[in-house]
Amino acid sequence: MIEVQHLTKEYGPVTAVSDVSFKAEKGEILGFLGPNGAGKTTTMRILTGYMPPTDGKAIVAGYDVMEQPIEAKRRTGYLPETPPLYPDMTVRDYLTFCARIKGVPSADRKTRIATTMERTRITDVANRHCAKLSKGYRQRVGLAQALLHNPDVLILDEPTAGLDPKQIIETRNLIKGLAGDHTIVLSTHILPEVSQTCNRVVIINRGRVVAVDTPENLTSRLGGASAMYVEIDAAGTDASSVLTGVPGVTGVSISTTRGTTTGYEVASSGRDVRRELASAVVTHGWGLLELRPMRMSLEEIFLQVTTEEQAAPEAAAEAAHE
Amino acid sequence: MSNILAITQKELKGYFASPIAYVVIGFYALIFGFFFYSLVLYFDRQSMQMMGLGGGAPAVNINENLIRPAFLNAMVVFLFVLPMITMRTYSEEKRSGTIELLLTSPLTDFQIIVGKFLGAMALYAAMLAVTLIHIGLLFWAGRPEWIPILTTYLGLLLMGGCFIAVGLLISSLTKNQIVAVMVTFSVFLMLWVINWIASFAGPTAQQVLNYLSITDHLDDFTRGIIDTKHLVYYVSFICFGLFLTARAVDTERWKG
Repeated sequence: MIEVQHLTKEYGPVTAVSDVSFKAEKGEILGFLGPNGAGKTTTMRILTGYMPPTDGKAIVAGYDVMEQPIEAKRRTGYLPETPPLYPDMTVRDYLTFCARIKGVPSADRKTRIATTMERTRITDVANRHCAKLSKGYRQRVGLAQALLHNPDVLILDEPTAGLDPKQIIETRNLIKGLAGDHTIVLSTHILPEVSQTCNRVVIINRGRVVAVDTPENLTSRLGGASAMYVEIDAAGTDASSVLTGVPGVTGVSISTTRGTTTGYEVASSGRDVRRELASAVVTHGWGLLELRPMRMSLEEIFLQVTTEEQAAPEAAAEAAHE
Repeated sequence: MSNILAITQKELKGYFASPIAYVVIGFYALIFGFFFYSLVLYFDRQSMQMMGLGGGAPAVNINENLIRPAFLNAMVVFLFVLPMITMRTYSEEKRSGTIELLLTSPLTDFQIIVGKFLGAMALYAAMLAVTLIHIGLLFWAGRPEWIPILTTYLGLLLMGGCFIAVGLLISSLTKNQIVAVMVTFSVFLMLWVINWIASFAGPTAQQVLNYLSITDHLDDFTRGIIDTKHLVYYVSFICFGLFLTARAVDTERWKG
């Protein structure tokens, strides 16, 4: 449904997005995750045909956004970071205008506007001016605008930003309910949102895609739900062989060493090996200082993936310096 | 076409939802009314004097001596009000981010620009329509010729179209309405007075400067003459302005 190939966008000397490629299948919710300034908005703006890429291709609903922009735009709904509302218009007038420019047939307009307002829960502010709406309502009117022409693809730039917790849950549920009929790309920097709503995650940092996977896979791949951190005071001896000997343990690696204290990362095949590890350490007469599961949250993964990228060139620079 | 119309209506509603439309129309009505009133007084005295002189005196013409100067004098208002009409067209959309809605909707740049142009033109026409009251009064009181009046309106619409096209272009270059209004005003003023130095220039430069002056081309229209030379000037001026606006909007896209 959405196919992005080697997208690059340069603003003069600044490269905002560099060689970004990903795909979204029909009915999927794709989460776009990255720190501020990572290139999320730029990528979305290219997808919606708002700006052309410097290089690369974006295909939305079967149409190249550069070659056939009108056809692609007809099938795309877009909610920018700030909802594009006209302060002087009432919500109903605004949606009527949007329906007209988005090519909703005049016979369907009234019912389409009514059902969209129903869906996004803005019927009660239909006759209020956009300037007088609260942030939550603005966001929802913006969402209504994006949904109005029943597009195949929905592109939402931080749809829950600035909402209160109740509205966030409502919006998330609404977005989840839309998947299936619509293919959705949403950007966010709120991590739980991704694990709660998205089928797949694209992590982007400094204009580059650093990971594409399901939230579950990302968690297990990078974190390992069943890894343990064990810190042992073994008085200088290496405990690795002993730990490897514990039934269920599949791998041991040293992560930190501080004097006679060594921290080990122990991977196991899924079952809880804490008891066995503890008794193995105690029977050898070592001091067990810490034993905890290393469940990595998406936050940590996110930080890890995004800082690894940063650390790598910095380390290289340091090495060169030395 | 329906897309263009949607934009035009939106623009027009926007003008009337804000004080701009009322200020523009009211201001023009006031100034035109003043000129009209003073010219009527003057015309009245003039015709009395002519009557006193008897048969040999040249007849005073209501078109030549009243309607034409009234429109030409009130034209100075355009310098101030037209930048107000065009200042927000693009600047406001860029500032508030609604330009994203327009540029990601299935519209061509051409439809957006023409829609905005027609919206501004509609307000400008509404402003001119105020003068129909005065002209109507003249028809009630006397027998002016209607053809020069029609061509005057046509000329004014075309000339205003040029100013609006320039205003759109300038508005598309900035996010700031104050900047838009000031730059537009200055450019209008330049176009207005460019032929003032014509008399000091060489013969070729003189012709060029005279031809460039936007107001000069109006003269024949106010006398009831539709010269293709002036038509071509105005229409090509408008088209060029809109074309440059399209380029400016497109450039903005590339820059982001």
